[in-house]
Amino acid sequence: MTRMDTFDDWGPSATVETLRGRARRIAVIRAFFAARDVLEVETPTLGHGGSTDAHLDSLSLLATTSAGRERLWLQTSPEFAMKRLLAAGIGSIFQLARSFRDGEVGARHNLEFTMLEWYRPGLALDALIDECDALIRDVLERDPGPLTRRRYRDLFRERLAVDPFTTPLETLRQRAERHGELPMQDADRETCLDLLMSLVIEPELGRHGVEAIVDYPAAQAALARRRIDPEDGVEVAARFEIYLQGLELANGYDELVDADEQAARFAADNRQREAMGKPMVDVDSRLVAALEAGMPAGSGVALGVDRLIQLALGKDTVAEVMAFSTPRC
Amino acid sequence: MANHSTNEFKGGLKVMLDGDPCNILENEYVKPGKGQAFNRVKLRNLITGRVWERTFKSGESLEGADVLELDMEYVYTDGDMWHFMKTDGSFEQYAVDKKAIADVEKWLKEQAVYTVTLWNDNAIAVTPPNFLELEVTETDPGLKGDTAQGGSKPATLSSGAVVRVPLFINQGEILKIDTRNGEYVSRA
Repeated sequence: MTRMDTFDDWGPSATVETLRGRARRIAVIRAFFAARDVLEVETPTLGHGGSTDAHLDSLSLLATTSAGRERLWLQTSPEFAMKRLLAAGIGSIFQLARSFRDGEVGARHNLEFTMLEWYRPGLALDALIDECDALIRDVLERDPGPLTRRRYRDLFRERLAVDPFTTPLETLRQRAERHGELPMQDADRETCLDLLMSLVIEPELGRHGVEAIVDYPAAQAALARRRIDPEDGVEVAARFEIYLQGLELANGYDELVDADEQAARFAADNRQREAMGKPMVDVDSRLVAALEAGMPAGSGVALGVDRLIQLALGKDTVAEVMAFSTPRC
Repeated sequence: MANHSTNEFKGGLKVMLDGDPCNILENEYVKPGKGQAFNRVKLRNLITGRVWERTFKSGESLEGADVLELDMEYVYTDGDMWHFMKTDGSFEQYAVDKKAIADVEKWLKEQAVYTVTLWNDNAIAVTPPNFLELEVTETDPGLKGDTAQGGSKPATLSSGAVVRVPLFINQGEILKIDTRNGEYVSRA
């Protein structure tokens, strides 16, 4: 009989031994940043603004505060508040932040999860990839194989023989339809690319080591700067994602610091939400104001701690490294 | 019927897909780092028994299927149809055709209780109980004193199924059979 069988519903979803392993990895993360002089911060889980990203669903609640009865948003990541600290001149910071995303439930998702987010003013995106790789190695306590960098565009060309930037939409729809067995005749370019990425490319990423994917399509910039790819002259998002063993672990940006551009992206997100029939999200106007006051240029990254610990401890699901996953909360 | 969105999909939910009722087996949520999330869903087509793997954009929905699974006692066959009766005391009977009875025909025993799947009140599938006690109607004579040894032989059962049984089993004995894999379990 396994340990899990001896518990009823009240028992933890991770074994006690796993929770000890988890605690040790969390200590490794804190030591990693202490050695690099990166300050640990704590920011609110609730905010007056939420993530407007059309593909993220925020949870919100009504609370009685000094302002009366008002809606507050459970943060999908600590990004906005941490950027306000950057604008206040705090320097390099990190946070282990409980984050919430409605509807994200599955083997590699949990409604609330631990996000490790850190910001490095003045550091180039490429150097942050190296730092991310170093942290992953420390937490795994083993060598996962060499770090490689691949352009998003090259991945699609090599694995699917399509070009995410130039292949006609109709061809992308046909490829997505074939791989996903779902009708895609109305799908836009990004939906086709997201499907091919999730179903075909992602499961194969990071099989032989840490894989950093760089230079995403400009439409997938989120809160990253856009720039012109010097190799092909197309506009790309200055972003990376890190994969290991088919799992997406981290998402890094050369951070957008332009207040007007930030405000425009918030508004565009909410228009897209409206078009998709999703509820509007209150915009974090304090972040826009902070950018107006001036946030130092630099890079930042968010890393899924539960997934990294899952790999470190050789587990199949994030639930197995959490004290109580959502079904047991 | 109500519509069910992908985030309500879970094992056992019955939905309509391509005009056929399906039973959801697995639902896996997949999402790229940023962007559209999808659900990889495994469904069993309740008409054909085939398993489909389909992808849905998260938030899409499917119409629910009016599917009921009821316990029913097998009563008799008239050669064309197989007749089952509800066990709720109503004596209500359902006729099941050859297509729906499929390979369960060889596991039919009068008065045994089966799960009959109804779609819009029509029987579309029959599932036998996991274990059935059936009589051996034909097999080679048993070997005395061979109870400990391995080895097996075919035996025809009263329902028509042919299963492998140990060498010591004789004609006329009642055996407990696992209908899921057609294997002999024990003497009844």
